[in-house]
Amino acid sequence: MVHFELLVQGLVQGTIYALVAVGLTLVYGLLRILHIAHAGLFSLGGYIALLLANQTGSFAFGLACSVLLVGLAGMAIYRLAYQPILDKPPYVALIVSIGLYIIMEEVFRLVFGPSTISFINPPLQGIVEFYGIRLREVEIATMAVAILFIGGVGILSTKTRIGVAWRATVDDPEMARSFGVRLYSVRYFNFFMASVMAATAGAMVAVSNNMVEPTMGGVPAYKALAIIVMGGLGDVRGTLFAALALGIIESFGTIYLGSILDRDAIAFAFLIIVLMFRPQGLLVRN
Amino acid sequence: MEYEISLLTVMGINIVLALSLNIITGFCGQISLGHAAFYGTGAYCAALATTQWGMSFWSGGLLAMVVAAIFGFFVGFASLRVRDDFLAITTMGVGFLFLGVVRQQDALGGEMGIAGVPGSGLGEFGFMILVLATAVLVIAFSLYIKRSWLGFAFDAIAQDQDTSRTVGIDIARFKLAAFVLGTAIAGLAGSFYAHHVRFVGIDSFGFIESISILAMVVVGGIGSIWGVVVVAAVLSVLPLWLQFVADYQLLIYGALLFSVMQFNQGGLDGIVRQLVRKWRAND
Repeated sequence: MVHFELLVQGLVQGTIYALVAVGLTLVYGLLRILHIAHAGLFSLGGYIALLLANQTGSFAFGLACSVLLVGLAGMAIYRLAYQPILDKPPYVALIVSIGLYIIMEEVFRLVFGPSTISFINPPLQGIVEFYGIRLREVEIATMAVAILFIGGVGILSTKTRIGVAWRATVDDPEMARSFGVRLYSVRYFNFFMASVMAATAGAMVAVSNNMVEPTMGGVPAYKALAIIVMGGLGDVRGTLFAALALGIIESFGTIYLGSILDRDAIAFAFLIIVLMFRPQGLLVRN
Repeated sequence: MEYEISLLTVMGINIVLALSLNIITGFCGQISLGHAAFYGTGAYCAALATTQWGMSFWSGGLLAMVVAAIFGFFVGFASLRVRDDFLAITTMGVGFLFLGVVRQQDALGGEMGIAGVPGSGLGEFGFMILVLATAVLVIAFSLYIKRSWLGFAFDAIAQDQDTSRTVGIDIARFKLAAFVLGTAIAGLAGSFYAHHVRFVGIDSFGFIESISILAMVVVGGIGSIWGVVVVAAVLSVLPLWLQFVADYQLLIYGALLFSVMQFNQGGLDGIVRQLVRKWRAND
């Protein structure tokens, strides 16, 4: 029973990782950029949702605004930070992204203050019994939202015109362009979707922990980076698999390895082991 | 006077540290986002050696270099398996792994760190001279490497790994050499840090420290020795001279990283070169 509970807790954590990591891997697949500033958008999503919920009393309203605004912020980041340096070697975009993330974290600290902020009326706190396991409503909501978004991305990319254009651009940008795909609209769309998912994850984590703080994006984002590398950069299915696997491994690891490694180190130990044996990613065939 | 001595000591340590990353990232082109782990390894080794194992300042420093280099050797193996973005994430992971392991070890003081690290025994002034002399040595060593065969091989790997392999450069050996040299020097810087601050704790060796070291190298000009030295020196004294720099230190680091990569990837070195070229053209 304990094991089943650990498994479910791991899956909940894994879906949060998945929400952050799928967005990152979409960006990497399209532009070969390790978008570390994604972590800043995650925090921004949490802040907007929480502050608006406290102002208006409606978490749903806060979440909707947060998703929309952060989506636009993601597009702005692409336009202002990444587009001018797309033709430069890969480390340039990486360092730009790190710089941007540090700037965002510091701006949160200056604007919203260094201490944590909590919900006045924390939403989704009820407890649901489920086959003998007690889950909080927020955990169920997180999983539902994650399935909705990730399933949505899956349907979008196979069934719609923009999805087909998007996959064509990932495969071969030049060829896609010669077939009349407008690259810039695909890229904006990609950043919008990725940022929307990050904002949702941020808002859900804010509810789950009942707080936001300037550095809240750090740990999930670093882990999301590890996840997309394990998933085989740009591979959405591999990323999903790695995210859920990491959630479960951490959940069991904190019980069985807790005295040697802390929770965050387990993720990176797993990453390094995977990379040494399968540098191309968990599910990618050679 | 005491204040200036401490200032110059910190400056010297940062120059040594920045140049150590410059060998790996600058000369050999291997991006590392976890360099603070090696700095920390050196600091913890020196602290343990002098507080627990009764070793002297000198043998503790040597041990710090050796242990950091062994650690670097193993991480260097990662650079043989993965490259570019993958390597950046792997080294970042190494940084977090280092923190995670140290935090859980009671022998290393856990969250509390190790206090009561003895001084160097040379006095404040003597220690400053030692640190600055080491910085000069590391500068000379960097200049020497850059002109040696080792430096040419590093440069070839940084420019184009596949072509260098084709012309018969043993990439694995040179990458490992870069990691071992760079991490050994970082370990030495760490031992200086431990004896200067007299305390080591994990907070000093996290991701932010890794990024700060990277910022010195990037802003100075990746691979440029004088650029890295100047920027390391300036970035270590500015927060002490200007209060607003101290208050917004990370914001400034972030903005520097961002704007250097956006507008002039050559950093300080690149900007000066451009100015000199313009000035000559006007003549």
